[in-house]
Amino acid sequence: MHTAINKYSLVCNATINICGCFKRRSSHFVYHPERISNELGKTSKKNMYQAINSAMDLVLSKDPNSVVFGEDVGFGGVFRCTSGLLERYGKDRVFNTPLCEQGIVGFGIGLAVAGTTAIAEIQFADYMFPALDQLVNEAAKYRYRSGNLFDCGKLTVRTPCSAVGHGALYHSQSPESFYTHAPGLKIVMPRGAQTAKGLLLSCVRDPNPCIFFEPKIMYRLAVDDVPDDDYELPLGKADVLIEGKDITLIGWGTQVHVLLEVAEIANKDFGISCEVIDLVTILPWDKQTVTKSVKKTGRAIVSHEAPLTGGFGAEISASIQEDCFLHLESPIRRVTGYDTPFPHVFEKFYLPNKWKCLQAIKELINY
Amino acid sequence: MNGSSVLRKHSLKNVLSIFESRFFSSTSEATFETKPFKLHKLENGPSTTVTLSSEDAIKYYKQMQTIRRIETAAGNLYKEKIVRGFCHLYSGQEACAVGMKAMFRDTDSIITAYRAHGWTYLMGVDPFSVLSELTGRKSGNARGKGGSMHMYAKNFYGGNGIVGAQVPLGAGIALAAKYLGTGGVCFTLYGDGAANQGQVFEAYNMSKLWDIPCVYVCENNGYGMGTSSERASASVAYYTRGDYIPGIWVDGMDILAVREAARFAIDYCSSGKGPLVMETATYRYSGHSMSDPGTSYRTRDEIQEVRQTRDPITSFKEKIIGANLVNIDELKQIDKEIKAQIDDAVKRAKADTEIPLSELSGDIYAKPLETKVRGVSPFESLEHIRIGQAVNLN
Ligand SMILES: Cc1ncc(C[n+]2csc(CCOP(=O)(O)OP(=O)(O)O)c2C)c(N)n1
Ligand SMILES: [Mg+2]
Repeated sequence: MHTAINKYSLVCNATINICGCFKRRSSHFVYHPERISNELGKTSKKNMYQAINSAMDLVLSKDPNSVVFGEDVGFGGVFRCTSGLLERYGKDRVFNTPLCEQGIVGFGIGLAVAGTTAIAEIQFADYMFPALDQLVNEAAKYRYRSGNLFDCGKLTVRTPCSAVGHGALYHSQSPESFYTHAPGLKIVMPRGAQTAKGLLLSCVRDPNPCIFFEPKIMYRLAVDDVPDDDYELPLGKADVLIEGKDITLIGWGTQVHVLLEVAEIANKDFGISCEVIDLVTILPWDKQTVTKSVKKTGRAIVSHEAPLTGGFGAEISASIQEDCFLHLESPIRRVTGYDTPFPHVFEKFYLPNKWKCLQAIKELINY
Repeated sequence: MNGSSVLRKHSLKNVLSIFESRFFSSTSEATFETKPFKLHKLENGPSTTVTLSSEDAIKYYKQMQTIRRIETAAGNLYKEKIVRGFCHLYSGQEACAVGMKAMFRDTDSIITAYRAHGWTYLMGVDPFSVLSELTGRKSGNARGKGGSMHMYAKNFYGGNGIVGAQVPLGAGIALAAKYLGTGGVCFTLYGDGAANQGQVFEAYNMSKLWDIPCVYVCENNGYGMGTSSERASASVAYYTRGDYIPGIWVDGMDILAVREAARFAIDYCSSGKGPLVMETATYRYSGHSMSDPGTSYRTRDEIQEVRQTRDPITSFKEKIIGANLVNIDELKQIDKEIKAQIDDAVKRAKADTEIPLSELSGDIYAKPLETKVRGVSPFESLEHIRIGQAVNLN
């Protein structure tokens, strides 16, 4: 089931009209929709917020002991992900919280540890830092520190992240790597609508606390054929979206689409065969798939929007170096945001766009 | 406290009579009654009888009207997609800022959240520079590097984008004033939504513990984004929520009431009595930010009703005309001038250029060991540079 749904098909340009959002000056990538999967039954065209909405709808309808809460979620939330849920499930199960991120997450941990499926929304990933302590010290360590007597695995925290074209300092960051330093958490980032629904359902049902980062530019722009039914996509498993032999490109979230386009250009213009991997789960990450790929290609680029230093690319690079040393034909390269705050007016320049990635590919191939 | 304000009134009167002839209107000073203040753990509050000179009337009117115009211009620029980032307007809340600022001494400071355009202007920044910050241009108050939520000036510690985060900073700024013996107080502003952040209570406690001259100002505009204050706060009597910290409720739509409350707060805090909480009951006309039409969680009628019955500018205008402090023609002239000034600022803010790319890597550190900023670029690597002098350390 999973391979079918994850199989990527090269239909990018033809589908531009479906999304209807490409006129946006801001988008620095071309969205590559998922292939239609027949195995999961009937599908409908949904963008990412609708897919996420559908996942929560399923959870609330099937699991009577589940709740959804966060700032303004009763009204559908800033990005409409929870729209209609309050009307369908009532204010006891879908509710607005006051403005208090630390409280929201702590409250969610409490709900979860007492057995309730808790889906908390933090309005922007940039606003999750007040809850850092709750996530790192409470959620991540609950099972471990209680000798497995208690856990808060029923907690899922959803939050929008990454660049959106005009978000400036506090509506653009990709803070995933901060949380990767907390063993016990799972950190997941979908690349579009279809993956978002399946992965969110997996996060909600996974017996570990999960942080689900939603690249906010995808909410409207990412339109896929999304199965109407319930389906789960595996956590901790990367997706090989394009197979190739010369170089491995690794990314997650929005950046996957940049890499897919880069692979197309590299192939067409330079005859370079790229293997593109969507890491999907950032913690714990699928080392096996990455290692296998780099042993085959001998070269690797990791690309993310977050700044270079301490980005998760550093961890992946170090691991590749350890595991694939004798297979490497060139150094491993990270193509990332700069070590600067996320800029207000230089977003386009800041982002690790396709040209920067292509440049890196050429340098590594000619190394 | 009342005594001292009476004294001030008298001396003002003397000064004013000298200038009286400069004004067309016939009265140089008038007295008004404000709505009663609500007090928490205070024996006496601000005076409900306020005296206003015609000079001040004109000044406050100008300031409020300028803020309103700046915000209208900002909203339009956003709709034209020239303003990027997020953009939160202050329209409806002008009396809060202008009333407080009216009492500021050189030593007093302020820190607020993201609804900061009006404050930036009041603290001495040209409207052109405010608008240029919004459009991300180099004449912007922060060189276009911050955008809407991030503006600063001397004694103005900024617009802050993270809800509630500025509150403990305000306590720290006030502690510095106390430690340095400047005699200044820090007005620390936050919204009714922000009032529920845990940091607020941490700051309350520290400031009372150490008797810090901090005025916590909760600008209660009824909503935190789409959530009304009643739905988010177990107690909407924000002026009492400092518990052991005394508090005042003030009609935030009446600039004169706010001014009296600010006068009281400054006297109170700078006389060593510790912090104070001040709730200004106000209203925001626009949506929370430009992406919120502002009508899904409240009715259009509600907004209309406030505009018609409580608008801070209209009501003030009626008051000062009624008291003969100014005449309609003067105000019309002022309106015209402000309109021209802001129209011109808009034009220039659109025409201004962005900072050069080299500033992307400016001012990340003060003395970086490594001068190159890391990242990946097919072009030259970025050099770390320093662009200006910090105002707070001068
Ligand atoms: C920590 C944090 N959480 C959430 C947000 C998003 N947000 C920005 S303003 C706001 C509402 C704040 O309401 P209030 O404090 O009443 O201020 P007002 O907007 O009414 O001036 C929210 C939820 C944020 N900026 N920071
Ligand atoms: Mg508010």
